[in-house]
Amino acid sequence: MAADLTRRRWVAPTNEPFWVRALLVLIGVVFMALFLVMPLVAVFSEAFRQGFEGFVKALQQPDAQSAIRLTLLVAAIAVPLNVIFGIAASWAIAKFEFKGKAFLITLIDLPFSVSPVISGLVYVLLFGSGSILGPWLKANGVEILFAVPGIVLATIFVTFPFVARELIPLMQDQGSGDEEAALSLGASGWQTFFRVTLPNIKWGLLYGVLLCNARAMGEFGAVAVVSGKIRGQTTTMPLQVEMFYNEYQGTAAFALASLLALLALVTLVLKTALEWRFGDELAATGRGH
Amino acid sequence: MDVRVDHVRKEFDRFPALHDVSLDIHSGELIALLGPSGSGKTTLLRLIAGLERPTAGKIFFGDEDASEKSVQERNIGFVFQHYALFRHMTILENVSFGLKVRPRSSRPAAGEIRKRAMELLDLVQLSGLEKRYPNQLSGGQRQRVALARALAIEPRVLLLDEPFGALDAQVRRDLRKWLREIHDRTGHTTVFVTHDQEEALELADRLCVMSQGRIEQVGSPDSVYDTPTSPFVFGFIGESSELPVNVDKGDIWLGDRPIGISSPEASGAARLFFRPHDIELVDNGAGLAGVVATSRRVGGTRRVELDIGGAGHRVEIDLPFDHPAGERTQIAFRPKRWTLFPPA
Amino acid sequence: MTARFRFRQPSVIPGFGLTFGFTLAYFSIIILIPLIALVLRASGIGFEGFWKAATDARVLASLRTSFVTALFAAAINVVFGTLIAWVLVRYRFPGRRIFDAMVDLPFALPTAVAGIALTAIYAPNGFVGQLVAPLGWRIAYTPVGIVIAMIFIGLPFVVRTIQPILEETSREVEEASATLGASRFQTISRVLLPSLTPAILTGFALAFARAVGEYGSVIFIAGNIPFVSEIAPLLIVIRLEEFNYTGAAVIATVMLLISFVMLFVINLIQAWSRRRYGYGS
Repeated sequence: MAADLTRRRWVAPTNEPFWVRALLVLIGVVFMALFLVMPLVAVFSEAFRQGFEGFVKALQQPDAQSAIRLTLLVAAIAVPLNVIFGIAASWAIAKFEFKGKAFLITLIDLPFSVSPVISGLVYVLLFGSGSILGPWLKANGVEILFAVPGIVLATIFVTFPFVARELIPLMQDQGSGDEEAALSLGASGWQTFFRVTLPNIKWGLLYGVLLCNARAMGEFGAVAVVSGKIRGQTTTMPLQVEMFYNEYQGTAAFALASLLALLALVTLVLKTALEWRFGDELAATGRGH
Repeated sequence: MDVRVDHVRKEFDRFPALHDVSLDIHSGELIALLGPSGSGKTTLLRLIAGLERPTAGKIFFGDEDASEKSVQERNIGFVFQHYALFRHMTILENVSFGLKVRPRSSRPAAGEIRKRAMELLDLVQLSGLEKRYPNQLSGGQRQRVALARALAIEPRVLLLDEPFGALDAQVRRDLRKWLREIHDRTGHTTVFVTHDQEEALELADRLCVMSQGRIEQVGSPDSVYDTPTSPFVFGFIGESSELPVNVDKGDIWLGDRPIGISSPEASGAARLFFRPHDIELVDNGAGLAGVVATSRRVGGTRRVELDIGGAGHRVEIDLPFDHPAGERTQIAFRPKRWTLFPPA
Repeated sequence: MTARFRFRQPSVIPGFGLTFGFTLAYFSIIILIPLIALVLRASGIGFEGFWKAATDARVLASLRTSFVTALFAAAINVVFGTLIAWVLVRYRFPGRRIFDAMVDLPFALPTAVAGIALTAIYAPNGFVGQLVAPLGWRIAYTPVGIVIAMIFIGLPFVVRTIQPILEETSREVEEASATLGASRFQTISRVLLPSLTPAILTGFALAFARAVGEYGSVIFIAGNIPFVSEIAPLLIVIRLEEFNYTGAAVIATVMLLISFVMLFVINLIQAWSRRRYGYGS
């Protein structure tokens, strides 16, 4: 029928033909599968290469156990400190107008532009044997480098911006109206913070903590430089992964790596759930890193 | 260019947006599609443009069936409520775009394109701003760029979707006048969508009033205003008061009283519509008697709300602004012009 | 009245002194003082010494490796990242939301884990490696492997920069282009993509900056052959292991300077974009 011939001519003005859409989706999905999904699958398949028992045995090694403990310890110190900083910085920046504010916000993001190796190196130069502080620290028996404090410091450096950059835009969006109302009703500053501000920012804070924690537990470059890699003492999980890997203990390396990958997956799931559920209570900006 | 919409129906995901709509648009006229939101007016405009495809029915441009033509082939000019300017292009580039994307065979030379775009910018009074970016213009200026851009392709029909909807009241009034001038000068067949009856009455040669996916009435502003053919149109265009009445042997009654007007053809229950200013006061004799509930001055007249009868019907009438009526005053009046509709 | 300089606008809200003071102190101790220590150490050897250390052949080769591979990776990410952002925003397909969430994986997955996983896949006996091995191609332990790792860590920067801009781009702009007679291809190439230029540039710069400094995911797959596949961050670590602290500080200072230039460039793009396009991506 003639009408059928012409019927095909109308095309939706803002849509591509089906084959174009299918092709683009295919390219995107294949690319993501190749670069995102496959590494993840590889971690788990390598971890279980020698069966579940091999996996468990690898994780029961004393080195693996101490690495897990150290990683948890480091995160337990670094994350709360960065939470306190993040809250203080966002309070100062969002609730007040002062000179140089934009510059301060740029500075807070600075650690993201610094190579992780450099983030570790700066502490080596500050506390190492060739530095001004080095001899004094040695004389007084204070161990920072090649010890837990150094690892904590390097971890704080690389995870420094996470909480702050999530909270600053969020608190700027929310303004100071609620706080002013609470203060006018006679609440003290601390009461205002705990009863008004904190409930308003709790989901954003959780979001920042999630990302901060994932990075803190997974940081490699910065920690590698300051740790000295003393077996059983200063090796975090990522460092122990490297050590196992270099010693050709593939299964052990991937078993430990699979725990970190699991942490990454849990982080992603929680993060995505937060975005779906409380998307409007998170800052629109500040995604990423 | 005449445009004929012939029994067009449109469904979105089985939800009907237009039911069997037919409309003749005359060459060179400025016609307004007027209705509340959800009435289908924008859908009808987008169907004419080819941005949507009708579920059933046809659209003719002149004698040519345009139903299956893509939007690119229809050669229409479309102006969006939120301007939809290309933000990475200068004003001049925006206006020239439609000519630049033509296939080489029909594309004018670069110098010619530039000349034509500059003429159009002159027409919309934006000469001198051609190097600016949309982001650097005011809302009213952006909408004028959008119009110049639409005119640049010498469209067969110009379609405007709530063109002044995003602008301030004052800018809106200025642009309205100015759009009429441009239309009179260029003579394009123009269809514009609005929900603002004042805008439609002032600007259009003809109105097409729509409600719930149907056309209620088409006609000149005067005829639509003076002789609305449905309660919806009566209520939507201009101001109106409504009373439930009874017609007995041609006489119209409210409750147990005749109100002094008659309609020989009707009988039984009916709805009486009249406009607040189309009334006359009666000193004695049959009329609608009521008690003033509120009274305020609106410009040169006094707008009074009356409670009529015991049933608590409330109507609005206009009185001279120096009329002494105050609250609780008794007033009796008769509609001078009115319409009866069957009960809902 | 004389205008007095005011550092801070008055406010009824308490706690400025406490929070601002803490912020500055914490920032100084964690970030500022250590960075100053780095620059001091590097400048301690004088300009000539610095220049000599910075232009050492192996240092230059490692910087070149880092730069060239990061450029390739960022360029590839721009192409595929834009495509992925487009597909995720515009099309509905099964698994879309999962893929959308997966884009952030490189942010969450520890770099060392990514490094060994990518190596396992692209090594000559790995899943992909053995597919290309018969062709005589090697991916892992060559600069190509470095590019692969950098693609992995850079992808989310591109996708997440473009995605929100694409989401807020109204369909009306595309419809306007169509009513003016532009074909779909013309609308995409002349209207849509150019309007995304600032976001694409920003995404490129972010992915590039991250790739240049990347360490953990690269060293496993790189092979780390001096003058061929040795990246600059690795050379810093090697210098440290040789107890050549100054040498490490010099390379770090050069890289830091480059990072600041990138940061500056990104800010310029955003300022330009805000002025002209009305959005700062």
